[in-house]
Order: sequence, then structure tokens, then C-alpha cells
Amino acid sequence: TCEAEAARAAMGGSASLLPREALSEFQELTFLSKQEILLAYKRFSALLPKEERVAVCSARVPKSQILTLPELRANPFQHRICHVFSTSEDGDDSMSFEDFLDMLSVFSDSATSDIKSHYAFRIFDFDDDGTLDRKDLEKLVNCLTGQGEESRLSNAEMEQLIRNILEESDIDKDGTINLSEFQHVISRSPDFASSFKIVL
Amino acid sequence: ELWLPEDVPAAAPAGFLQQLPSYQSALRRRAGGSREQRAGAQGAAGLRAAEPRGPEQHGGEPAARPAREQPLSIAEKRRLRDCQQADIKYLSGWKQWKRTSSKSFKKVLNEAKEFSSYLELWRRDIHSIEGKFGTGIQSYFSFLRFLVLLNFIIFLLMFSFVTLPSIISKYGIFNSSVAKILPKNIEPHCTVYKPSGNEGLVYFYTYLKDLLSGTGFLEVTSLFYGYYTIDAAWLSAMRYNLPLAYLLATFAYLALSLIWIIKRSVDGFKQNLVHGEDQFQSYCNKVFAGWDFCITDPNAARLKHRSLLYELQTDLEEERLKQKIADRTMKEKLHIYSLRICINIIVFAVLSGCFYSIYRATAFSQENSNDVSDTNFQPNLLVQYLPSIVITLANFIAPLIFSFLIRLEDYSPAFEIRLTLMRCVFVRLANIGVLLFSLWSHISGCATDKCKACGYNYELYPCWESEVGQEMYKLTIFDFIIILAVTLFLDFPRKLLVTHCSCKPVQWCGLREFGISDNVLEIVYGQTICWIGTFFSPLLPAIVTIKYFIIFYIKKISLMHTCKTAARPLRASSSNFFFLVVLLIGLVLAFIPLGISIAHISSSKACGPFRSFNTSWAVVPDTVSGFPAGLQQVLHGIASEAFAVPFFMVICLVMFYFIALAGAHKRVVEQLREQLVMESRDKLFLIRKITEAQRH
Repeated sequence: TCEAEAARAAMGGSASLLPREALSEFQELTFLSKQEILLAYKRFSALLPKEERVAVCSARVPKSQILTLPELRANPFQHRICHVFSTSEDGDDSMSFEDFLDMLSVFSDSATSDIKSHYAFRIFDFDDDGTLDRKDLEKLVNCLTGQGEESRLSNAEMEQLIRNILEESDIDKDGTINLSEFQHVISRSPDFASSFKIVL
Repeated sequence: ELWLPEDVPAAAPAGFLQQLPSYQSALRRRAGGSREQRAGAQGAAGLRAAEPRGPEQHGGEPAARPAREQPLSIAEKRRLRDCQQADIKYLSGWKQWKRTSSKSFKKVLNEAKEFSSYLELWRRDIHSIEGKFGTGIQSYFSFLRFLVLLNFIIFLLMFSFVTLPSIISKYGIFNSSVAKILPKNIEPHCTVYKPSGNEGLVYFYTYLKDLLSGTGFLEVTSLFYGYYTIDAAWLSAMRYNLPLAYLLATFAYLALSLIWIIKRSVDGFKQNLVHGEDQFQSYCNKVFAGWDFCITDPNAARLKHRSLLYELQTDLEEERLKQKIADRTMKEKLHIYSLRICINIIVFAVLSGCFYSIYRATAFSQENSNDVSDTNFQPNLLVQYLPSIVITLANFIAPLIFSFLIRLEDYSPAFEIRLTLMRCVFVRLANIGVLLFSLWSHISGCATDKCKACGYNYELYPCWESEVGQEMYKLTIFDFIIILAVTLFLDFPRKLLVTHCSCKPVQWCGLREFGISDNVLEIVYGQTICWIGTFFSPLLPAIVTIKYFIIFYIKKISLMHTCKTAARPLRASSSNFFFLVVLLIGLVLAFIPLGISIAHISSSKACGPFRSFNTSWAVVPDTVSGFPAGLQQVLHGIASEAFAVPFFMVICLVMFYFIALAGAHKRVVEQLREQLVMESRDKLFLIRKITEAQRH
């Protein structure tokens, strides 16, 4: 496993490749293929400073480094993605190799639509309260239209848009979208599977 | 109506809402990861108690879903998997075996999928296009790749069943031989066919002319129908019915195209039938699935932001417009409707103009190209290509006129786009139909009795199928030349001009927009020609495969270097739907000319595999009459009315059953929705009551 590799590295070994048992374990636990996991390993170790490259599995990459990846650099949801997938206990949104694989697995081609919609809900839930309320939707639309004052919708347009969204997706009419309502509306959305995808 | 959620004071119900079982389980699912990591040191027993809560939504069987389909982090999934494996020991031997075999089967499937992804054509190119331009444009290139594969498979089909046996039997490989049976009861003048192959010394430019127009040395090759003048073939003492194979291969490639296209379009539509609303235009689709996560280029991201803003603003405006439309007065409505009728008449006139000019051009080309005058190389080639030139001009001018006229008709923006597209599709595909109709009226136009005995104009067209094949070949080549020329001589100079010249008009003109719909109509037009032409020219799919292969690279280079993306690009899923619908329309329109040629027009008696039959279709009844009597009776029974009418009635009954079922489901869905709304209101009402009671 990955921990064994870390132990070997701690003893001064020169293993900088992913061991085979770890590879097959990751294949079993994620939706990624062998090729994709190896590529992710390569890209992740490129983000680490040279000294830490021997123990890739146990290293944590700070958020600023992760955001230099081309796949995330142009993404308006980059901060939310790092926050959702990070298992860091310090709250600094740093990502370990396993977090990185988790992220790629959810965004891969073969991930089920269930998993994708679950994580999409968490990414869009800006205040982490378990529902998408008006403030979350407003922040979401602003992310989509871009930063900058001239690229936002006017207040009236925002109101109209949020009213339409809630009308389409809020089944129990409580003014917020919970996870099941979100998953229901995503299952009817034809564009979701092709747009919610990151491939290295 | 009575109860608005905003009425509820925020503080009091929030406390209760957070104690609800549904909220708690969602919280547990999310925070359970971090808590369990911290509690990891406390031994496995405590963890195992916490584990089953996650997957309990599936009725208490935690091993039902494999670990990787749970929305947990890898560390938790690892623990869950260990848990599942520990549980396996408690299952019966049969279930254990089933579990392990399904696991290894899934592993094998994964390996196979990984291997097949290596074979995927252009994966890296399409991935880079997706990163720079988003999924809307990427869907165009995926569509192009699909067509390259389709044409290649059609070519393999025709080659292995028609061309290869002909070549084998003509050259006597493997002890095979060919038999040419002179057809009986046919006037001898119908069977005279002398194609002008290589006749001694000719000028060099004759070869070029022949290459571009399919005459001369090309006419006698296996490219065209005339080569397959084989009535019976023996491949190493086995009789190979070439005429039947030719016809069945034609039906096979049409059926294959139909099935493959339908399968691809069905893949995108699983849930659409229960709900009535337009799924592509829904706001939720635009907002939740609006951002293409695969964009890697900051410029492309900026463009995407802008186009999303524009799209949302136009949709909101369109909704406000609907209100305005509903408020129109009677006088305004009358004015608008009369204007629309006028414009539709103008559109009709434009279409008739196009069709008439194509008809005349074809007639002129047919009359003048039969005067063999090798000395005038260029005018002769121009006359040969006249129908192609006129069609290309019509395909270019008509959409410009339509997009100008649609602005006067005052429709909503989405409907405008759709109507213009439909009109353009109709123009492009109907042009081919008019060309073929014009050709046929010349071929079947019979004045003398001698001509009527053959059934077609034997003097001018002794081998009329090769003529039609040549027209289709010319259309394909000309289409390819035009695409190449437009990119080389229009797009690149324009790009040079825009980058180096900074005067106002040039900058205002700007680069060419990569219009997805125009490009798609172009390749669907080429594909329709291929479908029609393959019957008359069996190697045409190979030419079209190579053509689309080169066009992929041309379009990619043109996109990367000389084009800018449109302000409002089509979305990926609605693009796929649109491409496949247009392709399907092209295929259905290709059925009509082929059906008429095969079943109605007499096959030529001087060349081809159908010399001994009246029409090409006649080979099928002929073969059936050679079957054993029992099989013949069965086949006749299936084709008779006694079978068709009950079959049709059963199909109607099945259809009515499914319509009724869908209606019942819709009603149930509506009732459940209303019930959910009621439940939610009840819940908030009760919470308010409890809060009030607590306060007193």
C-alpha cells in the first residue's frame, strides 16, 4: 500500500514510482484506469518540491500549488473543489495524493451520475449547510458569468433567474434545493454528464 | 397560496430543522469521514458500527454497492471495502462464488475498455479542442469522427461482398471464373456499351480531366457500376450470386447506418419522455450544467463566461418577450401574420428559383457534355461541373437570404435559429433531389419506339447507373475542393489581414466565426451524397472516408488559427441531438432516390449485374423462386395482406398500451409532486406551532 511506500521512503529507499499493490487498490477504489492513475501520480509529484517527491503518497500539496494545474486554473469553482475534496484537518484545503485521485475519479468519464451529482451539490453549496438556498444560487450564477462588475446580471434579472430555477427544481416548495431535489433535476439535465468532466 | 416559506421566522424553525432525521443523515454522510478518521485509533469495532449508516439507504444491505460508488474519500472507501470483505465470510458458498466471479468479470471488462481506448481515433486532438473551446465545438469533431468510422465500415461492407469477389473471379484467382450470360428477349441495340478507356496516345490533361470527372480511364475501373458486368461468378467451384450480393449489400449499409444513428441518438435521451418541458432550454440545465469543467485555457474560460452571460440574459429577455407577445392587439397580430405569409412566399420563391436553376444547369450539362470535344479542356470541365457549381452557389446564397428574412418575421430568438436551420437543411438536401430528378428525366425520356423497348435512353446513356455514379463522384470531389479552397484562400488571408492591418472596417469584419451549424450541414450534405452514390459507385465510401479524414485536420487547423467562436455556441447535448436529426433526415431522403432507382427504373441492359432483370429489385423475387416450396410459401405469406393487416393491428394495440401507460405515469408523478408540497407545508406549519407552544 501507499503507507508501505512511505515507510520504505523513510528508510532511505529510492522508490519514486507507484507500487503495484497501491495501483491495483486505487483501481478498485476509484473509477480511474491504470493509465490515468499513473498520469495523476506523475502530475501530482511534479507539484511537489524535489525533496518530497520520494514520499508522494503521504505528502500534502498546499492549495496555491494545486490551483496552478491547467485543469483547475481557469475554473471558477476552483476554491470550492479544493475545499470539498480536501481531507485536511487544518482546514487549509491542502490535498494529499488520495484526495487528488478522489477528485479525478469523481470527474472522470466512468463515474456514475449519482456520484457526480452528489459532489456537484457539495461544490455548489457555498455555505456548507446542506441545501442550496438563494444565496448559494446567487453566488453560483455569479461564478458562471465571471468576476467583474460588468459581467454580472442585474438584480432584477438575478431575481427572475433564481425564481425560475426554484420553480423547476424545488419540488417541496420550501425555497431551498436539497440533495434529492438536486439529484432529480440533474438526472433530467442532458448536458451534465458531458460538462462535469475533467480529464488530465 | 396561503403559506409562504418566507413567512417563517428564520431562527426558531432552523433549530428544529436541524434535528430532523433526513437532515441528520445528510450531515452524517458528509462529516462522517473526518470524524471516522479521527476515531480511527479507537479500534475497528466502533468503526464498523458507524459504517452501515452510510449505505443504509439501500435497505440495510451494505454490500450491495461496491465501495467505489460511495461518495466517500479513499480512506473511508478502503475501510468500507475491508468491512465488506470481512462480511463475505458469513455468506454462503454460492454467494461467495458469485461475488468473486462478478469482481473478476468486472476487472476483465475494465482491462478491455482500457485497451479499446487506445484504439480511439484522434483522442488527443479532440481532448485539446475540448480544453480550448468547450464541449459544444468538441461535439462537432466527435460527429466528424463518427462519420469517418461509419464510412469506413460501409466501404469494408461493399468491398468484401461486391468488389473483392468480382476482382477474384475476373482475374481467375483461386480457380474462380466469371460468366456473362447475354440476356434473352432483349433488343440487341440496348446492349451496346463502349466506354472510352485508354485509347492509345492521349494528351496528359485528359487524365486529369478523367480523374476530376470520372470519365475515361476511371469509368472502366471498379469505382463505377459498369465494372460489375458479371451475371454469375464461381469462386473455387462455389456459386456466388453477385447480383443478389450487390443488392443486399446496399440494403445492409442503409440499415447499418440507420441503426447506428438511432442508437447514438437514443443514448442521450433516457428520461425525456415523462416530462413535457423542453429539457435543453431549462434554466436548471443552463446553470447547473453550464460550466464546461474541461476548459483549460484562460482565454476560452473568458469567452465561456461571456457566452454564458449572454445566453442567460437572452433567455430571460425571451421570457419577458413572451409576455409582450401575449399582450399583442388584434391589429398587430394581423399585421405580423400577413408579414409572415409574405415572407414564406418569398422563401418559397427563392427555393423554386434554386431548384429551377439546378434543373436547367443539369439539362445543359447533360446535353453539352455528350459532344466529345477533347480539344476544349477547360470549357468541357466547366460544363461537366456545372451542376456542382450551381448547387454550391445555391447552398451558399440561400442561407444568407434566409437569415436576413427571418429577422423581419419577429419570432423569439430560439425559434428563429431553429427555423433558419430547418430551411437551410431543406435547401441543401432538396438540391440533391432536384439534381437526381433532372438526371432521371433525361435518362428515362424516351421519344422513339426503339428507346421504349429498352426502357431508358440507350443512345445517350447505355450505362446510366455509371452516369449517376459519375455525377455523385463529381459532387463529392467538388465539395472537397471548395472546402479546401475556402480555408486556404479565404480564411488564412483574412487572418493575415486582421492581424496586420488595423484599419476600422477590417477590424469590424474580424475573423470568421466557426459556425457549427453551417459546418454540420456541409458534412451532412457530403454524407447524403455518399449514401445515394454508393449503390452506383461502390468504392465511393473509401473516397469519402479519406475526404472526411483530411477535412478533420483542415477544420482543426482552421479553428485553432483562423476562426473565432460564435457568441452563442450550441450546447453539447442539443448539438448532438441536432446533428443526428439532420443526419437522419439526410438518410431518409437518400432512401427515396435509391428506392426509385432500384424498384422503378429499368436497369441498364448493357452493363452491370442486373442485365438479365427488368429492374434491380427483380433479382430478389427471382432468387426466392429458387427456394424450396415450403420456404417460398412462408415468404409469400409474410409479404401478403393476410399477414400484414393483423401485424399492423397488433402494433397499434401495443402502441396504445404504452401511450396509456405513459399517461398514467405522468398523472402519478403529478400527484406525488403535489403531495410533497403539502408535506413540506405541513412540516413547517407544525414546527411553527411547536415553537409557539414552546414560547408559552
